[in-house]
Amino acid sequence: MRKLKLGSLRALILPALSFAMAMFAGALLIAFSDSAALKKISHPLEFLKIAGASVGNSYLALFQGSVYNPNLATPQNHFIAFYPLSETLVAAAPLILAGLSVALAFRAGLFNIGAQGQFIVGSIPAAYIGFHFHLPIFLHIILAIVAGVIAASIWGGAVGLLKARTGAHEVIVTIMLNYVALYFLMWILSTTPFLRPGRKDPIAPEVLDSARLPHLFGANFRITISIFISLAVAAFVWWLLSRSTWGFRFRAVGANSAAAQTAGISVPFVMTAAMAISGALAGLGGAVHVLGSDYSLTSGTAGNFGFDAITVALLGRAQPLGTVFASILFGALRAGGGTMQANTNTPIDIILVIQALVVLFIAAPTLVRAIFRLKEIKSSGDLVSKGWNG
Amino acid sequence: MSLELRGITKSFGALVANDNIDLKVEAGEIHAILGENGAGKSTLMNIVYGLVAPDKGEILVDDRVQKINEPSDALAAGIGMVHQHFMLIPVFTVAENIVLGHEKSGRLGSLNLEIAKIEIKRISDEFKFDVDPDAIVETLPVGVQQRVEIIRALIYDARVLILDEPTAVLTPQETDGLLEIMRKLKAKGTSIIFITHKLREVKAVADRISIIRRGKVVGTASPTATQDELASLMVGRPVELNPDKSPHPMGEVILTITNLQIEDSTGRALVKNVNFEVKAGEVLAIAGVQGNGQSELARAMINLEPHIKGSITLDKQEVVGKSVRESLHRGIAFVPESRELDGLIASLSIAENLILDLHDLTPYAHGIQISPSVVASEAEKKAIEFDIRLQSVQDPVSSLSGGNKQKVVLARELSRPVHLLVASQPTRGLDVGSIEFVHERILAERDAGRAVLLFSTELDEVFALADRIAVMYRGEIIKIVPATVSAQELGLLMAGVVNA
Repeated sequence: MRKLKLGSLRALILPALSFAMAMFAGALLIAFSDSAALKKISHPLEFLKIAGASVGNSYLALFQGSVYNPNLATPQNHFIAFYPLSETLVAAAPLILAGLSVALAFRAGLFNIGAQGQFIVGSIPAAYIGFHFHLPIFLHIILAIVAGVIAASIWGGAVGLLKARTGAHEVIVTIMLNYVALYFLMWILSTTPFLRPGRKDPIAPEVLDSARLPHLFGANFRITISIFISLAVAAFVWWLLSRSTWGFRFRAVGANSAAAQTAGISVPFVMTAAMAISGALAGLGGAVHVLGSDYSLTSGTAGNFGFDAITVALLGRAQPLGTVFASILFGALRAGGGTMQANTNTPIDIILVIQALVVLFIAAPTLVRAIFRLKEIKSSGDLVSKGWNG
Repeated sequence: MSLELRGITKSFGALVANDNIDLKVEAGEIHAILGENGAGKSTLMNIVYGLVAPDKGEILVDDRVQKINEPSDALAAGIGMVHQHFMLIPVFTVAENIVLGHEKSGRLGSLNLEIAKIEIKRISDEFKFDVDPDAIVETLPVGVQQRVEIIRALIYDARVLILDEPTAVLTPQETDGLLEIMRKLKAKGTSIIFITHKLREVKAVADRISIIRRGKVVGTASPTATQDELASLMVGRPVELNPDKSPHPMGEVILTITNLQIEDSTGRALVKNVNFEVKAGEVLAIAGVQGNGQSELARAMINLEPHIKGSITLDKQEVVGKSVRESLHRGIAFVPESRELDGLIASLSIAENLILDLHDLTPYAHGIQISPSVVASEAEKKAIEFDIRLQSVQDPVSSLSGGNKQKVVLARELSRPVHLLVASQPTRGLDVGSIEFVHERILAERDAGRAVLLFSTELDEVFALADRIAVMYRGEIIKIVPATVSAQELGLLMAGVVNA
């Protein structure tokens, strides 16, 4: 057991260093884009002072926007200072699910770029059941979620079936299906059942109260049981991958489909099943998002969840626990970015740069190794390349 | 040119790969370095070629100490190396491959391929290599690709040539061709370091033999030593090269193949008109030069080939058209030709590789839940039964040596109830100790009354194991002969000559 723990600790080195380097690069960017600091560039000490303050303030605002902000506390309610943490988890919950979707497909040797489309396909039936039917509270939630999961599961499973039967590459197919899902969403938002009464713009009616996920800490915090759903599903995916016969087949096919086939494992079945489960996970993310925080379906419902999902799965090394941590980190960046933009002059785009750099460093382990003079860290880059070759 | 190594020592962590190795290769001799896989031969040669830095020791070329820090130093000192896995770009021509990395240096001067082509032709003619400088490398047979590697070494004035396991990838004919080339090179004054674990080749061509075991030179021998003596030196204990093959009563017919035809996706027949039977307690060897349809025939046994016509019956029941899984569970054990590609999943653990076929059955799984403790404890039993040398069954299977990997495959395939064992090139790339184990195990299966279908390109292996030999040539079984056939006749049959 001890050996195992050491191994997983070492696995954290690369993502942690990559994140630190991305934050450092972000700091440089903030420093050199600060006009007040740039005026003093000929006086290095002055420059460092102003730029340092700028970076410090930006990252402080980032923290205050994502974890804890003492300025929010009132004499009556100290607890409200944790409002930013609630926002972080609200953003993280659907991202965890979408990230697990990508991670599970990775492990089966499939590069699922289609979490975005599956997320959308999951959110549509969930929202529809949520605003159209009047049902008892828990039944309503369950029905809405199940509908979203089934729809997205079929949407994803079709990709696996296509690959198994015709050899169509899942990367191409999922990219294309993302467009199909997006334009389908835009079309359906213009149809009568999805038009909000009295509105002409593409926004669906609000999900009824009975279909909304219960809040955890009252109406002051937006956090709902969605985070527990996500964590429970992450635990399930861990079990599925490392303890179940299905996961065993997924991993076997993902690592060497020829050997898996020779040992009697049905590769077409695994491809279809893995993509169906992968789709279901992303679809669950869409359902949870629309029932837990968005409440009304719009063309922008999926935001960037499906694409960030690829990043967090990569950052989390396609492991469920890693994906959870990475998603919470990204949720924090998302939540804190707004505050940072509002409180300082630092644009929220810095967050995108940091996210992109994290991926860059993760995919280039040799670079990180060279910079930190590490002898041996395991690469996650193999995940990326494998997806394309598969 | 002579090459001398003094006190070469290299450790990787706790493992001492080379332990104070002294070795001298005289000018114009073929010096064989014999050792099992993992004995430290490759590390030693990588040190000589500048790919690995030694912890201690020095390299002398013509009695002068030479600093070799990278391959270009080795080349400059006149040391060339042909790697086991060729370093060629498949889509380039021979000439392009040969100038690669030297476009501006050496006596070739500029990127002008003409000079290179003339040089290639000169060397090719001198040694009768028969290499066309304009041929695309990937269209050439493996044996010719190897000659391209040798030309590349010679063209840059290599006077000591290191051949790392050069015959591992060759057919028997190509091997003979290579041995002939080695003799010619020697006649022209080139020294050759010949790394191998194949005793027959060493005896055929070497002037001197150094034996390496566990990182140390444990002895030198002359080529007049017997194969058994060499093998015992290599392994460190007495070795039985020709396993006891006692005459054994055969039972009923287990496998019947009738009018079997295997096609590729375009409908071209890769295997045709194949008919034979294998009885219980019998080893039928399918001999033949690589690429005459044996791979496809072997894969067809468990329905891995998609386009099969004709009939394969096991215990009088049709197998063709069943799933791979059902074929395996009907009682076929299948040892694939490439254990790396088809036999094992490198990144999964040894324990997991042992249950690839049985992972969803008791005792490993209940419902869809796998029991890791049962998987591990069963793996430990298998490791003992099949003498798999490992640190932990949870280590990735890629951490094992070739011989132990093959034992994992065997252990897995023989863990089901077996009626027929299909073993394809079961000892390819293995060391003597592992070959001995695999051969004994195959004969044990035969003696326990299983039918064995052995696919092998190694004549020694065919003779050691077979009761009958079927020779495959261009997709057909051209003749089935008793195991008492002479090696010469078998060689001719493998070349397609039926009535000699």
